[in-house]
Amino acid sequence: MSGEGFVARIEPTEAGPVIVLSGTVNRVAKESLEAAYEEATSIEGEMKLDFTGVDYINSTGIAVIVGLLAKARASGRKIGAFGLTDHYREVFEITRLSDFMTIYDDAGVAK
Amino acid sequence: MISWRRRRKEGAKHSSADAAPVESDIGIIDPIPIPPGDPLETALVSLGRPVEISELEFDSPALSTIRQTGVEMIVPLVGQGELLGVLYLGHRLSDQAYSADDRRLLSSLASQVAPAMKVAQLVRAQQTEAKERERIQQELEVAALIQHTLLPKQLPSIPGWHVDAFYRPARAVGGDFYDFIDLGRGRQGVVIGDVTDKGVPAALVMATCRSMLRAAAQREMSPGKVLAEVNESLVDEIPPAMFVTCLYAIIDTAGGEVILANAGHNLPYVRSGDGVVELRATGMPLGLMPGMTYDEKVYQLGDGDVMVLTSDGITEAHNPDNEMYGFARLMGRVARKVKSGDVCGAIVSDLEHWTGEGAEQEDDITLVVITRTASAEVAATAFDDVPTDEVLATFQVPSIEGNEVLAIRQVARVVQSLGLEPTDVERLKTAVGEAVMNAIEHGNDFNPELSVTVEVRLTYGAVRVFITDHGGDKEIPDAEIPDLEAKLAGDQTPRGWGLFLIEKMVDEVRSDRQNGTHTVELVMNQKGGA
Repeated sequence: MSGEGFVARIEPTEAGPVIVLSGTVNRVAKESLEAAYEEATSIEGEMKLDFTGVDYINSTGIAVIVGLLAKARASGRKIGAFGLTDHYREVFEITRLSDFMTIYDDAGVAK
Repeated sequence: MISWRRRRKEGAKHSSADAAPVESDIGIIDPIPIPPGDPLETALVSLGRPVEISELEFDSPALSTIRQTGVEMIVPLVGQGELLGVLYLGHRLSDQAYSADDRRLLSSLASQVAPAMKVAQLVRAQQTEAKERERIQQELEVAALIQHTLLPKQLPSIPGWHVDAFYRPARAVGGDFYDFIDLGRGRQGVVIGDVTDKGVPAALVMATCRSMLRAAAQREMSPGKVLAEVNESLVDEIPPAMFVTCLYAIIDTAGGEVILANAGHNLPYVRSGDGVVELRATGMPLGLMPGMTYDEKVYQLGDGDVMVLTSDGITEAHNPDNEMYGFARLMGRVARKVKSGDVCGAIVSDLEHWTGEGAEQEDDITLVVITRTASAEVAATAFDDVPTDEVLATFQVPSIEGNEVLAIRQVARVVQSLGLEPTDVERLKTAVGEAVMNAIEHGNDFNPELSVTVEVRLTYGAVRVFITDHGGDKEIPDAEIPDLEAKLAGDQTPRGWGLFLIEKMVDEVRSDRQNGTHTVELVMNQKGGA
């Protein structure tokens, strides 16, 4: 699943589904990310977003993630994240996204 | 107090002794207030004439009280629809009812007394106001006297150093203070602080804090421990809702090493041959809560280096457009080379230029400038080579969605050699991306014929990025803190993060509209090196 400059693929793990993101997270990523989310909901466990391959997140990308969190919240699904750079970790803290999703330090802990 | 000659009817019935001379039969009653909104007030204003109490057939708290005192006639003093006062009369001494002549006389009296009463009330109000003003003025004078008495009478004279200070209280006298403490063995303590609140309470807290600092400084050679000790003592002494911001530095006058700790005060700047750095040490203000600890920052002052300590009266001063002087401008002012003795004057002069001629000073202004002068000319010469205002790049991007990434890359390339901290570069990139995206979408309506212009400047210790679009006729909303809970609940759109992110990412954001264009200025101070 890919938007312009953005790809989301699902990687099932023992702990739950991981949506591996790469490229730019902006409004263009919305459709791909939501499709990946819908598909991942069929897999048990905590869903995690892997940001290791993401090079840029802007405010419209933040809005896409907020929309995803809203869906997960409505269905009682937990969402985590890992692979964020220090800068985007700060952005997640400033925007308080980190209050509503567990931010893991590395992929090993997350998976 | 109202008085009248009152015939005590009941007394007359029970005792012949009441047949005493009339002169002894004077009744005096305490004033009976008529509360605002009491039905009696409305009735008296409406009637506007002497009225016998038996005519008033309604319930009113004031009327009940008046009835119990034996009042028979009420004469309202009314002016401009307002009840200014009343005259209460008891029985006539003749025991006869009030005649029509009596009423006319009383009406005439009331119409003459009422204006006089109004004048008297105004005079009294003015006198009260004048007394209050005088009291406040006296209090301010006492506060100013306390502050003036406790501030250093002379500056320390240290070979190889130049110390300068400037203090100017605001009209309302804030709680700024500074102090120099000779710690012996070649060490000099320097204090700058600010007590919240104004007037005498602030001055008294300042005096207490200064004494505590002086006592602790003689016992303890660690600035962090001194502040922690003062905090513990002050917590028990300080009135609720007051606290003290304070920065304490110890200078090794032989080697130039500075150790400082900070309790929530403005950070000091050091200007050296490499530019201006901010000495960052953190800690909570004094007197807020017990058990606080204070980081210490160690910095080596070289020959010609200048350390500038300030109060928030400088950075929070406003210009006529209600813009704050701010840290970036102060940092830029510190960066400019002036003779060591003129640093205070240069900053104050720039501040006065900013606030405008004749502007009332909002808060106390305090500056302490310490220069290591051993061979000041060396550093000053080196600093001459540092450009202070330079356009580093100007470029344009067409208004096509996604082109903000081009601007981000270009700005990142331009600033990579300017010594910004890596985290600040990332923040600046995000802010530039958001501002350019706004310009493309909201300023230029995605019109690819219109470009967004980006200019990067290095100005007095700060990188400034100017982003200009063609939306000068559009209102720019203020940045609001997004309500994430409402967004997650679906009550608000998930969007609305752009302006918020911009404000959070850079040290300062300004915007300007002229000639049909709109420009956002992003300021990121150069903080590296400390």
